[in-house]
Amino acid sequence: MKSLASPSRRRFLRSSAALGGVLVVGFVLPEGRGRFAYAADAKKAIPPNAFVRIGKDGIVTVVVKHLEFGQGVTTSLPMILAEELECDWGKVRWELAPAAPEYAHTAFGIQMTGGSSSVWNSWDQLRMAGAQARTMLVQAAAQRWKAKPAQCRAEKGFVIGPGKRRLSYGELTGAASRLPVPDGVALKPASQFTRIGSPTRRLDSKEKASGKATFGMDVQRKGLHTALLLRPPVFGARVKSLDADKVKQVPGVTHVINTPYGVAVVAEHFWAAKKGRDALEVEWELGARAHLSSAGISKELREAMKTPGAVAHQAGSADAIKSAARTIEAEYEVPFLAHAPMEPLNCTVEARDDGAEIWVGSQFQGPDREAAAKALGLPVEKVTLHTMLAGGGFGRRANPLSDYVVQACVVARRAKVPVKLVWTREDDIRGGFYRPAFVHRVRAGLDAQGALAAWEHHLAGPSILAGTPFEPMMVKNGIDPTSVEGVADTPYAIPNLQVQLHTVDAGVPVLWWRSVGHSHSAFVMETMMDELAAAAGKDPVEFRRVLLASNPRVKNVLEVAAAKAGWGSPAPGGRARGIAVHESFGSVCAQVAEVSLDDGAPRVHRIVAAFDCGLVVNPLGVEAQVQSAIAFGLGAALFSEVTLEDGRVKQSNFHDYRVLRLSEMPAIEVHLTGGGDKPTGVGEPATPPVAPAVANALFALTGKRARRLPLASMPWA
Amino acid sequence: MSRFFVNGELVDFRAAPDTPLLWALRDDLGLTGAKFGCGMGLCGACTVHLDGEAIRSCVTPVSSIHGKRVVTIEGIDNTSRARVFEAVQAAWIEKDVVQCGYCQPGQVMSAVALLEKHPSPDDAQIDAAMSGNLCRCGTYPRIREAIHAAAALLRKR
Repeated sequence: MKSLASPSRRRFLRSSAALGGVLVVGFVLPEGRGRFAYAADAKKAIPPNAFVRIGKDGIVTVVVKHLEFGQGVTTSLPMILAEELECDWGKVRWELAPAAPEYAHTAFGIQMTGGSSSVWNSWDQLRMAGAQARTMLVQAAAQRWKAKPAQCRAEKGFVIGPGKRRLSYGELTGAASRLPVPDGVALKPASQFTRIGSPTRRLDSKEKASGKATFGMDVQRKGLHTALLLRPPVFGARVKSLDADKVKQVPGVTHVINTPYGVAVVAEHFWAAKKGRDALEVEWELGARAHLSSAGISKELREAMKTPGAVAHQAGSADAIKSAARTIEAEYEVPFLAHAPMEPLNCTVEARDDGAEIWVGSQFQGPDREAAAKALGLPVEKVTLHTMLAGGGFGRRANPLSDYVVQACVVARRAKVPVKLVWTREDDIRGGFYRPAFVHRVRAGLDAQGALAAWEHHLAGPSILAGTPFEPMMVKNGIDPTSVEGVADTPYAIPNLQVQLHTVDAGVPVLWWRSVGHSHSAFVMETMMDELAAAAGKDPVEFRRVLLASNPRVKNVLEVAAAKAGWGSPAPGGRARGIAVHESFGSVCAQVAEVSLDDGAPRVHRIVAAFDCGLVVNPLGVEAQVQSAIAFGLGAALFSEVTLEDGRVKQSNFHDYRVLRLSEMPAIEVHLTGGGDKPTGVGEPATPPVAPAVANALFALTGKRARRLPLASMPWA
Repeated sequence: MSRFFVNGELVDFRAAPDTPLLWALRDDLGLTGAKFGCGMGLCGACTVHLDGEAIRSCVTPVSSIHGKRVVTIEGIDNTSRARVFEAVQAAWIEKDVVQCGYCQPGQVMSAVALLEKHPSPDDAQIDAAMSGNLCRCGTYPRIREAIHAAAALLRKR
């Protein structure tokens, strides 16, 4: 480690214009802004459990155990709790939970956000928390009035008792907090919901629309340094030699640290760290992956299909395809994709010998805290992980290897100063952990009547779970379920279906990307389905309806989307329509896309979506998530790809890793078709159908079939 | 040394003159409303107003703004644009625009600049003014609605 002289931090002096520019005061960075202010506001609070606090001012603070990264959990989760608490919605506030065992996911066992599961896994937990708190408040009021709890009821933040006596939750919170937490509290039936199901605006709008919301990137601490890592140019490369002489010339640079992850430049400010990193001279031991290329990986995936794969699904006879009246065979390819959240990855670490504090917008608070403790050489209980708001994530902040958190800890530990590790956009686009590239090969057979008779499906690609702590639990018989989801579990009644997986370690780190395996399987399943319908001379909706006869839920979503989009009526001039439906994360989404060609390039004008996510907690939030998932999927379907040449990632920033812009956003209509008494996934299921709906519309328009993504790379005119 | 105004106050910046305005604001003045998204002027998260124009502060070195007036989202309500800003903010809340929120300070600053120039923008003008502000959450439909709503609000007032 090299320690460099540290110049003064006081380099920015402020003066008042009225004083004619006379400089007087050094500027001090504000501290402790944002999220943590709520904790200080809470005076006496009820702790029936870890999820709600009621202050003497009647403010109800709901503690949100999941990361808020756009999906709206700081509104939807408080709605669930408030429904049972019978509080005044205007007094509800939220706070992000730190990493702690009591905030573990109720199904997955670790504290995490992913798999479109925040609402459904919190459903019973938060209703129960609200009901317990309400019960305690009612009991406290009844004791005060010497009445029976049964004579009292809770309503909009008050307990109302015999003789119309009223006490506010704020007045009762102290007494209620001394009562035992009740067991066996009955929950409301869905028919009595008033908050759940009503369109509710977000609780975090004002601070986010005013620049006051504090993200991980915005953390300010006394003496905080910024670290940038010069990462290997090739995955797996190592530092051979390092010349930091020029780095030392950059004012503000304090440390240059060689780590297993690259060379860290620590400085007093971002810009000094950036200039220091630019000045680093490193010779790399490039290693085995210096010759990786997209063309080579593509070939490798195709080669893998020449030998038998692991059978992920087998229904009916594998030989049935041989007796089909007509077969169609096609090969599909999808690229690596970066998540590219708007807020580049970052993590702030303040490490002392006896403990540490971490500020990070993490989807994996639990595992990240444990990995941080290990990297810092501390017992886990000595590490406090504060969950910050995150500027998007889409899976990237849920890394089983805790990469960016561990890197920040290693640098902070060695620099012995508080450090915020910041990734630049180039680091993000080139840093790996991509949606895996996949090749699919499908052979499908129609019988003499044009009905689907057999389907043989091969997939080749890298495993997301391989090499992670999840592998032993989740990978069975060589099948990574995230590789084959959306194919092996298709809702279509295909009489003879065989799915084989060919797992290939392509040498590129991969990770879940919004909708995971469904992000590519839906494209293949639904464009092939369209192709089969055309080959059978049948309408694409009709062809699918027959295969969904025994699945009324999926069939209904398909029919609603078709009806609302005017399927069967002519599209507006110069446009054509395409449809796709896909089930994922317990929900079903169908979309009809309306496209045209604009100077030879695909232009999507309108998407009509039907969505069944079971019971809808917040219709306004669900609509936003459908729009969001479509925008995310459409940008990728049209434009995005990460490619490699000579081991290097070719793209680096938003000019060559293109994502959707406002002018490219279609009009979107969302029709919610769900119901029942349980919520299912919301954040991801609307991403998978976009690519095939658009590809099918492009076929209707041009007669050309898309076999690879992104679509804009194909000549359509 | 570069001397310029930030939210009405005169400041002297004494460190490297190639420092982008974004990092002077964030690291030195503690004004974190403008966000770092790309560092190349490609995403608009760092948008602030420079002598009234919406600019990308991540590619604007402080040496280039001597004597100029910078307004960030933290200071916009103390300017002659407060009325427009308040309408934009109200419309953003009314239309429930934000998701993760990271790009929104930049979106809001671009929208305010647009409405200053075109008080009743049509969709083409919104496309032109707002397509440099990326949003990975896809809040675009609601941004468009909110800009129309803010324009309507301003006409009413």
